Parts: sequence; C-alpha cells; structure tokens
Amino acid sequence: MRHLPYMVAAWLLLIGLYGVVTSRNLVHTITCLSVAQSSTYILLLSVGFERGGTAPIFLDVPVGTKAVDPVVGALTLTDIVVGATVSALLLALAVQADKHHGSLDPERLGKAQDD
Amino acid sequence: MIVLEVSVFLLVAAAGTAVVLTRDPLNQAIVASFYGLVLGIMFFVYQAPDVALSQIAVGAVALPLMILLALAKVRALGGDRRDDR
Amino acid sequence: MTPALRRRVFLVAAAVAGALLVWGLTGLPDYGVYAGPYGDVLNQVAVAERKAANVVAAVTFDYRGIDTMGEEFILFAAVLGVAILLRAQRDETEQPPDEDAADRHAPGTSNAVRVVGLALLGPVVLFGIYVVTHGHLSPGGGFQGGVVLATGALLVYLSGEYVTLRRVSPELLTDLAESTGAAGYVAVGLVGVAAGATFLANVLPLGQPGMLLSAGTIPVLNLVVGLEVAGGFVLLLYEFLEQTLVIRRPGEVT
Repeated sequence: MRHLPYMVAAWLLLIGLYGVVTSRNLVHTITCLSVAQSSTYILLLSVGFERGGTAPIFLDVPVGTKAVDPVVGALTLTDIVVGATVSALLLALAVQADKHHGSLDPERLGKAQDD
Repeated sequence: MIVLEVSVFLLVAAAGTAVVLTRDPLNQAIVASFYGLVLGIMFFVYQAPDVALSQIAVGAVALPLMILLALAKVRALGGDRRDDR
Repeated sequence: MTPALRRRVFLVAAAVAGALLVWGLTGLPDYGVYAGPYGDVLNQVAVAERKAANVVAAVTFDYRGIDTMGEEFILFAAVLGVAILLRAQRDETEQPPDEDAADRHAPGTSNAVRVVGLALLGPVVLFGIYVVTHGHLSPGGGFQGGVVLATGALLVYLSGEYVTLRRVSPELLTDLAESTGAAGYVAVGLVGVAAGATFLANVLPLGQPGMLLSAGTIPVLNLVVGLEVAGGFVLLLYEFLEQTLVIRRPGEVT
C-alpha cells in the first residue's frame, strides 16, 4: 500500500510499451502511447499527494490548511492537453500513411518503394 | 478512504490493460474514453480538481473523438479492410 | 525480425526495466507523506503574494509562466503540423458537402440527437467561458475551458450541421483566434518588460483575492490560453472532418 500508485504507474508504462511493440495497427499504437503517457501523470500526482490534505484552492478555506502540492498539478494539467494534441498529429501521420500505402499495418509499411 | 484509494488504483491499472489488449481500434476508442473517465476519478481522489477537469475534457471526449475521425477517414478509403487483427 | 521474436526480446527488456523501476520507485517516500518543501511554501505565500485563490493557476501562469508558454507553443506547433499534413494533395479535389447531396449515403441524424445537441450548445459555450474566466478563483483555467469550448463546436457537428458549422466559424476566423492566442501570451510577457520588470512578470494591479478582477496578469493569460486552445482544437476538428467529408481522391467512395 505504501508504494501502490508508483507500481501502478510502472505497470501502465510497461503495458503501454508492450502495446506499441506488438501492435498490428497504427491507430492502436497511438492509443497505447497515450496510455504510457498517462503513467507519468499518475507518478507526478502520487509524489505530490499529502494524506489529509485538501485541494490547493483557498477561496473558502483559510490559507494555512493542509493542502496537496500545487506544482505537480500545474505540470500535469498542461501536459494532458498538449499530449492530446500531439496524439492528433500522430493520427494525421497515420491517415496519410494509410492513404499512400493502403494499409495501417506496420509490418506492411516497411518498404516505401513498392507502389 | 483507504479502500476507495486502493480500488481506484486497481481499476485504473485494469482499465489501462484493457485499452492495450483491445486490438480493434474502433472498440479501443470507447475503452479509451472509459479509461479517461476512470483516470479523472482518480485525479479527484488525489484532491486535484484542475487536473481532473482537464483529463475528463480531453481524455474522455477530445482524444476518442480524434481517433474516431481518423478511423472514419481510413475506412472511407478502402471499405472495411480486416487486415489489422 | 519476426513479430514473435520481437515480442520475446521486448519481454526480456521489459523485465529488466520493470525490475529497475520497482527498485527505484520503492526508494521514494511513502505514498501520502509529502516530503518536499515547495508545495508547502507555495501554499503559504501564493495567495498573499499574487492575490490568486487558485494556487495551481498561480503556479501555471505566474511562478512557472515560461513553462506554460513552451507548452502552449507545443500545442500550436502540433496543430500546425496537422494542418500541413492534412492539406489537399496535388491529385485530390475538394467537394464541399452540400454539393454532392444527390449521392450521399450517410443517414441523417435523428431528431432527438439534433434537439439535444443544439439545446446543449448554449450551456456548453457558457460553461466554457465561465471556466476560462474563473481560472484564478476555482478549478479551471485556459486549458480546461478551451477544450470545453471546442466541445461546443463538436456538438454542432454531431447534430448534423457541419455545413452550418463551416459557415458560422470559418477557417480563417479559427486560424486568427489560435494565432492571436499564441501571440497574446508573448505580448503579455512583453508588457512586463515594457513596465520595467522581467518577461512575464505580474505587473497589472493585483486586487483582492476572490474578486474576478484580481491576480494581475493571470486572468489575462487564462483568456489568451483559452482562445488558443479552443481555436486549436476546433482547427483539429476541421482538418479531420475535411479529410473525411470534403477532400476526395480520384475514384474514392464516400
């Protein structure tokens, strides 16, 4: 229990990479890559969590109440939005690859001069 | 509280595994949307509402949307090819 | 390298990496025990220094504003990349969707979906504007609110009104919105330089924490980032939809 979230983050990273390595479809690869990315969010937020702390927003609680770390929250929330945009870029690449080679299978995309 | 945290972590691990093990991209988009929602719940348990809002908006809506749009374009090019199992 | 061999090599490498990860991660402090000083220091001083009730927003746009500028430009560059990749190639033609209505096989959307989608459009856009403008007071901000605003455009498309969507928010306007957002961030930073302080310093009047007009440049940066993220995601939606609905290769079926 003391290190459970860290183990979950490590497991998600490894299973995401397994999905990328053994994938037969480019779109499937991109989604597995986003799973591997989400493991970093879990690790960051686990490091910053304080048991018994509240959210670091002091509108109706007085300053000085125990709260969780705001820095990791700031890092994670921009990362999530930007990660989705980069996934969109990868999906555009996959669409163009399919258009030019007729297949989304990475095994068949190896040779570029066939057609 | 401890029970809630442990069960949410295990649910996240299981949902992530399910996303990877779903091979068909169309089904995977739906599972990825569910995974985004579960991850948002976990961020809530972590007392980080900003991050949870961001994750639910992006991971449950925007990312599966883009996957589905890319798949729609790919399917329009050559019908329903079954070479991606 | 056959797939089976690749899988085996990967499993060996993953076992080694997994062992190293577990060994390293068990050296971290226990989950739930926060050791570092920065979070506690920031929670104590941020509200008094920057008069922003949401400390996460203060960290994103003030204490670590340069990082957010970098993230925003990653988003801008990725959307630019998608726009370049999905432009019409030399042998493709563009057929706007209202011109080939005779042979379109797509089923029309049901009335229930249209009514719900269009009825929810107003509340979603309003909610997005609320999240963007109240980023320094409650959970939210430019990034989250921008995505919610882009979901409004998605609702219009899902209700079957793609032609209306193109007419209401044409591509030029979306391009302008996104570029203004990206440039606006740098402009706010340069305001800090012009006022005699450093780049991205918080030089506007700070006000009282809890009021809508407080925290100096933080709400301005929220607005700018919200504009950019909303414009970026709507542009992504456009590019993918144009690929599917509008651009045709010779001999391609609908």
